[in-house]
Amino acid sequence: MLAIVRKELADYFNSIRFLVLFLLALVASVFGLYAVHQGIRAALETSGAVTKSGFVFLALFTSSFQNIPSLTFSLGLVIPIVGIALGFDAINSERTGGTLSRLLAQPVYRDSVINGKFLAGIITMTIMIGTTLLLVAGYGLRMIGVPPTAVEIIRLFLYLVITVVYGAFWMGLAMLFSVVFRRAAGSLLLPIALFLVFYFFWVMLGLGPAIANSLAPVGESATLEAQIQNAELQQTLLRLSPSYLFQEAYYVLLVPVAKGLGIITRAQAMYMVPNPLSLGQSLLAIWPHFVGLVSLSAICFAISYIIFMKQEIRPT
Amino acid sequence: MTDKLAIETKDLTKNYGKVTVVDRLNFHVRENEVFGLLGPNGAGKTTTILMLLGLAEPASGTVRVFDFNPTREPLKIKRIVGYLPEEVGFYDNLTARENLRFIADLNNIDLAETERRIDEVLEMMGLTEERDMVTSKFSRGMRQRLGIADVLIKQPKLVIFDEPTSGLDPSGINQILDIIAGLPKMGTTVLLSSHQLYQVQRVCQSVGILSKGKMVIEGGIDELGREAMAGGRFIIEVETAEPKAELVDIIKKIKGVDKVEADGTTLKISTDSDLRSQISRTVVDNDALLVQMKVHEFSLDDIYMKYFKEN
Repeated sequence: MLAIVRKELADYFNSIRFLVLFLLALVASVFGLYAVHQGIRAALETSGAVTKSGFVFLALFTSSFQNIPSLTFSLGLVIPIVGIALGFDAINSERTGGTLSRLLAQPVYRDSVINGKFLAGIITMTIMIGTTLLLVAGYGLRMIGVPPTAVEIIRLFLYLVITVVYGAFWMGLAMLFSVVFRRAAGSLLLPIALFLVFYFFWVMLGLGPAIANSLAPVGESATLEAQIQNAELQQTLLRLSPSYLFQEAYYVLLVPVAKGLGIITRAQAMYMVPNPLSLGQSLLAIWPHFVGLVSLSAICFAISYIIFMKQEIRPT
Repeated sequence: MTDKLAIETKDLTKNYGKVTVVDRLNFHVRENEVFGLLGPNGAGKTTTILMLLGLAEPASGTVRVFDFNPTREPLKIKRIVGYLPEEVGFYDNLTARENLRFIADLNNIDLAETERRIDEVLEMMGLTEERDMVTSKFSRGMRQRLGIADVLIKQPKLVIFDEPTSGLDPSGINQILDIIAGLPKMGTTVLLSSHQLYQVQRVCQSVGILSKGKMVIEGGIDELGREAMAGGRFIIEVETAEPKAELVDIIKKIKGVDKVEADGTTLKISTDSDLRSQISRTVVDNDALLVQMKVHEFSLDDIYMKYFKEN
């Protein structure tokens, strides 16, 4: 399997595709840095808790400015595309190129092919995201002059982990389609379509909440129970989307002032103490999200694995 | 040629849905021979090969390749068996050398040995000049030769070629056939799947003809012809300058002669064994002026056509 990982990595790093994706990530980070440059002061001032608790460095990654999105937001857009781009032709390009039967005539287990490609993709994404984060961190450090604390570094590292897991989900999905479809066009378009549905329609354009509103309508004079029911249903439906899970997870990680993810009434909010959540508590809040994303990737991977193991490896 | 078996199948069967592609197939390939697997398109040749390699699972029956079971121990087989698929593909962004290096890496060949073997097989295939060229620029013939180099790099005990000459020009075909014919000397058994009769006849010691998933005939090419066409008899053709009618009757009296047909100046004599010396003496004794005499050799074409006319 190592041989396959080695070859795939060499392929990725030599490919134009990788270069383009990396540029995409860099553009996202430049945007993010610009937003930070313009907006970090305001962001820190409005949320007094951030300055008080000293989580200044993390604000580098989460500050937005007017229409310019934060780095985390842009990365959330770029990562699925990177994942899909790395995985969509994993198997079917080998098949159409006639290399699959040659490859499988070598003494390798059939699963090593999929495992190797998946692993190589994860390594590539880790390097890509890690580099982007380090670049922003380095430049940001120069810009704001506030070094990160130990906790901030751990939080950033966890953000890297969850971003890679999120990317791995999209890559796994794309690889699944690359096993099922013979043509790369199909295995490219379907995961992109799913990304549009889950991200833009479901989360950004509010299709999820809209469905919740029709299922549990709240009128002008709705009771508190009805409102809570509506809010909970909205959240549940939104959480069906892996993109939303990812958003919530990194938000809790990088904006420690956020108080968990439950529904808080205005009356409760009055009694909230404006101090950040400890690392342990943040982790506890997003643990389900993390498990959810990991298992989604695992499911995609497992399905493609099973289909691939049963597939006939016919040349042509 | 030894008597040890490289491949042995027993009642090998494979279905796709309700269609039986390989139907209770029995055949064996001895070590260090070139075995030709013949048959028209769709006869089940490729499916059989895939089952030999463990890339497809038999519905029933058994396969043994060097006494390993491909379904249970595919890796042990793939370590010693090379396979050249019909449409061989390479990673087009890599050079010939890099493609081979990857395959060597998959076979756990150490680095120094890899480079040595790459140079060796590329030279054998006449690709030394092109070793650092990306394979997308390779011609069909070069790809095919690189495919063979790729198979040989792991120094296999058995090589399976699936239509290795399809789409090649005559000189390319000859080149590849010469290479294939030379493999048994290096201790490599060859299974050659093809529908090109004359090519198979040129390099194979034994052939098996597949039709609709069944082995219709199997054996050495020379004995096979007699078995198939003449019911195991020799057909001796005698040409005389002055045919005499009574000669037919005289020859018929020779012990072992079964049937004599006269066709102009030629006599077709069907016998149990090679009776050329007796027949020639009889002809000369009868002043029939012998012009020539030969044992009729059946070409694979004859055999092949006979079977496919029947079906």
